[in-house]
Amino acid sequence: MDWTLLTVQFLNGLQLGILLFLLASGLTLIFGIMDVVNLAHGSLYMAGAFLCATFTQWFDSFFLGLLAALPAVAIIGLLVERIVIRRLYQRDHLDHVLATFGLILAFDALTQMIWGPDGQVIPLPAWLDGQVMLTADIVLPTYRLAIITTGLLVAVGLFVLVTQTRLGMRIRAGATNRTMISALGINIGMLFSIVFGIGAVLAGLAGMMIAPITEASIGMGNQIIIVAFVVIVIGGIGSIKGAFIAAILVGLIDTMGRSYLDALFKLFMSVQNAETSAPAISAMLIYILMAVILAVRPTGLFGPRGH
Amino acid sequence: MSLPTLTLRGFVTVLMLVALALVPQLVELTGNAFLIDLATRCVILAIAAVSLNLILGYGRMISFGHAAYLGIGAYAVGIPVYYEIYNGYLHILVAMAVSAVFALATGLVCLRTRGVNFIMITMAFAQMVFFTFVSMEEYGGDDGLVIEVRSEFSRFINLEDATVLYYVCFASLLVVLYLVKRIVNSRFGMVIRGTRGNELRMQSLGFDTFRYKLICYVIAGTICGFAGALLGNFTNFISPEMMDWTRSGELIFMVVLGGAGSLFGPVLGVSVFLLLEEFLSGLWLYWQLVFGIFLILVVLFANGGIDSWLSGRSRRSHDS
Repeated sequence: MDWTLLTVQFLNGLQLGILLFLLASGLTLIFGIMDVVNLAHGSLYMAGAFLCATFTQWFDSFFLGLLAALPAVAIIGLLVERIVIRRLYQRDHLDHVLATFGLILAFDALTQMIWGPDGQVIPLPAWLDGQVMLTADIVLPTYRLAIITTGLLVAVGLFVLVTQTRLGMRIRAGATNRTMISALGINIGMLFSIVFGIGAVLAGLAGMMIAPITEASIGMGNQIIIVAFVVIVIGGIGSIKGAFIAAILVGLIDTMGRSYLDALFKLFMSVQNAETSAPAISAMLIYILMAVILAVRPTGLFGPRGH
Repeated sequence: MSLPTLTLRGFVTVLMLVALALVPQLVELTGNAFLIDLATRCVILAIAAVSLNLILGYGRMISFGHAAYLGIGAYAVGIPVYYEIYNGYLHILVAMAVSAVFALATGLVCLRTRGVNFIMITMAFAQMVFFTFVSMEEYGGDDGLVIEVRSEFSRFINLEDATVLYYVCFASLLVVLYLVKRIVNSRFGMVIRGTRGNELRMQSLGFDTFRYKLICYVIAGTICGFAGALLGNFTNFISPEMMDWTRSGELIFMVVLGGAGSLFGPVLGVSVFLLLEEFLSGLWLYWQLVFGIFLILVVLFANGGIDSWLSGRSRRSHDS
């Protein structure tokens, strides 16, 4: 067994899981509290990547670029909430998906207008571009470790925010009973805006962190957003804990499946059959996982019980 | 009061059908061959939209994965042709059978959930089909597959002739419209429409609503698979891009634009959508910006789509 490859793939899976968590946590918060399905969450991910690319160029520093792009994404998120999403709270889910689908089209076209059709490359600073020697054989890219560390820190921060602070208490209360907490004198409109802003920043951060690896490109959020949906469906809508566990699970299964399924299949079928069927099956793995979990628990792993 | 408004709606319906029936003659008159391409695409997508409307409009099952059936249907033509099997009856049969099986298998999981979960799961399953075809290198993978020869039926139905292909699609649309009308007005359709209003009430009346919804879901998928087979024949090319989830989003928009829950609404929705797309994309490179904003405005301000505007009442205001 090739331990280097296994470790690298494990880290890749973890990294995908972290990115998915950053997207899914915002989605699940927004959904849990406001009952709004936001397809355009992937557009904020894309906006984060593009803004970070431009700011990195301006300041000639990835770190400063990231710091400047975060509030910029928050502002975009707040504007989107104020102009479009706010009008949708009283509507049904069909209206949510359609209006936010319209947002995606508008965002993609707008991004192309501003940045042109080509992808934007973000150069990494030297201290992040290197590799870490774990043992004599196992060498890991520093930047991937940095993504994973940042993601875990954000996850802890988010967890503390939701469970330990007054704002988190209001968020949880809002998720349970919207009418009640507004009756108790809490400005629910303000709360919604804050939560949407947090979600936007998290999605933007995910986009900024992946862009140095893949480059920022038009429509980059449109594929990963579906996987983020799979994550929140598996984890249970509204649950941060569920989103975290499901994100890591999905990230690992997807990555590991793609690299090891053909080897597994070769144990019990011909090499040729294994090589043709493994890619197709590994592409389906996370959806099969979702189907199985839903068949057992229709509300997901940590979803609301009772209905 | 309702009589004059009803005739406007009926008038537009008849006008639209007559216009569609005369497209090949119009092409001959104007010599604009592009028109028939647009009309064929319109009619095929209209079949898909009508099938989506059956579950979305009448049953309130918001499926965000309907484009998957278009893809399945198209590949059911493409893959046999790749192996030099040209029998059109077989293509149609495979397209509908595979779509039905896929709808049954995914419906069993999707319909256990409701609301947002349902939307996201239908989306995820469609994405699964998307990635499955992307990973099949044998059939072109990402790049897609060229369909060299169109389905062969008999000496009299030669799909290589654009006019014949158009009339086959148009006739199919008429059959599908008739079929959906019959379904919706049958006892079965009443139960489906009943679950849209209040599923619990239908259950306490003794209906096994899960089974009704599942059958409806399978019928819609099968019809859309058929549309996919036509689409594959029309475009002579298939790629996974045809079933990207944004395609499903477009289908939903077509249905809502025309009027969800009205028989002929989706046909109008598809026509307006395609004409607008054609018009705007010729006008400005970044036309999707306008299109996106238009979509948002339709959702925010146009209740019930074109159909309710024609019939002079808001369909959704007393719906939810």
